[in-house]
Amino acid sequence: MRKSKLGLNFDQVDDAKRLAKNIAEQIQQFVDGYTTVTVERTLCRLMGIDGIDENEVPLPNRVVDSLLDKGVLNQGVLYYLGNAILETGKSPQEIAEAVAGGQLDITTLPMHPLTDIQKAVQPVIEACLTRIKGNVAKRNEYLSTIGEGPKPYLYIIVATGNIYEDVVQAQAGARQGADVIAVIRTTGQSLLDYVPYGATTEGFGGTFATQENFRIMRKALDEVGEEVGRYIRLCNYCSGLCMPEIAAMGALERLDVMLNDALYGILFRDINPQRTLIDQYFSRIINGYAGVIINTGEDNYLTTADAVEAAHTVLASDLINEQLALMAALPEEQMGLGHAFEMDPMLENGFLLELAQAQMTREIFPKATLKYMPPTKFMTGNIFRGHIQDALFNMIGIWTHQGIQLLGMPTEAIHTPFMSDRYLSIENARYIFNDMRSIGEEMEFREGGICRERAKTVLNNTIDLLKQIEKEGMFTALEKGIFGDVKRPMNGGKGLGGVVTKGEYYFNPFIKMMKERW
Amino acid sequence: MSGGLYSMDQKDFDQTLDLTKVKPYGDTMNDGKTQISFTLPVPAGDEAIEAAKQLMKKMGFENPLVVFSKELTEGFTFFNCYGSTVHTVDYSTIYVPKVESTVWSMDETDDFIREHIGRKIVVVGASTGTDAHTVGIDAIMNMKGYAGHYGIERYEMFDALNMGSQVPNEEFIAKAVEMHADALLVSQTVTQKDVHIKNMTELIEMLEAEGLRDKLIVICGGPRITHELAKELGFDAGFGTNTYADDVASYIAQEMDRRMHGNK
Repeated sequence: MRKSKLGLNFDQVDDAKRLAKNIAEQIQQFVDGYTTVTVERTLCRLMGIDGIDENEVPLPNRVVDSLLDKGVLNQGVLYYLGNAILETGKSPQEIAEAVAGGQLDITTLPMHPLTDIQKAVQPVIEACLTRIKGNVAKRNEYLSTIGEGPKPYLYIIVATGNIYEDVVQAQAGARQGADVIAVIRTTGQSLLDYVPYGATTEGFGGTFATQENFRIMRKALDEVGEEVGRYIRLCNYCSGLCMPEIAAMGALERLDVMLNDALYGILFRDINPQRTLIDQYFSRIINGYAGVIINTGEDNYLTTADAVEAAHTVLASDLINEQLALMAALPEEQMGLGHAFEMDPMLENGFLLELAQAQMTREIFPKATLKYMPPTKFMTGNIFRGHIQDALFNMIGIWTHQGIQLLGMPTEAIHTPFMSDRYLSIENARYIFNDMRSIGEEMEFREGGICRERAKTVLNNTIDLLKQIEKEGMFTALEKGIFGDVKRPMNGGKGLGGVVTKGEYYFNPFIKMMKERW
Repeated sequence: MSGGLYSMDQKDFDQTLDLTKVKPYGDTMNDGKTQISFTLPVPAGDEAIEAAKQLMKKMGFENPLVVFSKELTEGFTFFNCYGSTVHTVDYSTIYVPKVESTVWSMDETDDFIREHIGRKIVVVGASTGTDAHTVGIDAIMNMKGYAGHYGIERYEMFDALNMGSQVPNEEFIAKAVEMHADALLVSQTVTQKDVHIKNMTELIEMLEAEGLRDKLIVICGGPRITHELAKELGFDAGFGTNTYADDVASYIAQEMDRRMHGNK
């Protein structure tokens, strides 16, 4: 029997989930018919293709572009790679090198029957999945031996631009109590239609997400985790134009948390809606299989729209994201659905409205590892008030049992955090989490009071909005600017050129095998 | 704290305000009291505290007091300190270049435009270059505005387009031409390694190359932007922190009027 502290009507919650499911199914029907350049590059990476050519173009790009140029990408990269394996006896990596070197054109080889091609790629696929399963096992082993911090996990960012400097900051953060370290990406990486290669030491406002950088940080966090006796989770971003590729890199290098949200890319990075929804599906399948917690970006709506007026758009989007994730076989426990503490600090009883919304989100997604974002929009440079805003945010985090608490920094809106900013923020959160540990169990919400009424209003508005989206379809909703007050046409934005209709011989066994947990 | 609850410091300095020699105020005129915090890459301990005090003295603080220190991670110690600075500044001779316009309300600006310009003013705004932050341009342009100040989209006499973030300068200029813009608003939030300077300079150079510079009111804004910097880079005006749509809209209206009618 589900019980709501806020007096939520669970029949209404079920209605909302049913509506969200219908919307997600409409999206999925569209997605199933297409592939994209980055989905195909992801398959290259999962088949073991890595490295760059003499112009620093990644080999997965060279292989996929060679098919795109010939107009045959619709049959999928596995069809041609598998055939080339049969024909040449070479490994996928050797084939990719030959393609990049101009010695081999995999589109002109004599084609073998489809079933033979499928058999040829199968052992490579199984080897890949075995490696990812090994990473999941390694994480579980850490969790059962050295353990983890209590929820909400303390999440901090590092953003020096230099992976080696990031390591110093990340280890310092872990020693001070952080449970999740996110390496912020360099500005603009989300719009690159390739993934840079190797260890990097130059970035603006963050560090390039590369497989080598993932490896370096993973090793550093394992070391410090063993030292402090707590598994330290590594977070990066599989969003933007290379969503599934970065998800694959994360799966191969044992990342634990990944930002993953097509809606965010559409609204805030102006990525083409079709492209990124197709990319998102495969990326979530990989995340789900690799045990990665995804983080969705609904919190960002409240940086452009108002936290009181637009609360229902956050909940509606969380509900749709939940259904889209379920379709990719991503377990509820791995859903870091996003929301944020963005009430105007001058608003009377803003804390109560926020508390109601956070509690409501908790009750509607009981198993999810909810991601709760700190105040940013109303951080002014007054670091002293900012520290108090962060304290109120932390109170709601512990009160409503959030899953991942992104730590707010008093110097938000001033600079990327100093080592000392991080210390002050972790101290703030640990003090409050300890001091108020059981407040959620002790306190009840008064019948007819501000919090219960607020939750009821937001849920009602959410259902109205979902009905509208169900009727009009997601693409129309985006065109109308329903989320975050931002309007995005179906054929606008970046990356549409990389979308291809699946052809007659197209196959991608990873989808089924990963969803069924091979 | 070693000082105890009541300050027993001798106050043997001149306690009258002299604007030619201004220094920080703690609780007594000219006490010079300053709070400061920093991290040194040394392990915690008496030597660390002494190092912090010596550094404070070099920074011009007398009676440096380290009230809190804590090793953040191995080899890095954080300090909270107080001291009395010996330095002063001459406030009476300071000149800061500012945007010279009267700040009006939305209705006042709309009325002014109706009366003096006689048509809608077209404004195109964007966070340009690789900058992904929309907070600044949204606060100035979006209908909703920020902190109770409505954005330019809500003004009746402005035709405003917010292109969002990561807009290349080429696209920005193309849109300005297409819309027959009167004014351009550039928002820059990311300033690491002076990327904003490079990007803003490029915009001005491109406008000049296309012969558009003088036809447009070109404005920049962001947390690290000052009017002085803006002028230096060839912009007409720059708006820093704590400025809202009202400031920008009134400036554009008045500048348009100046350009059309030549009245100062």
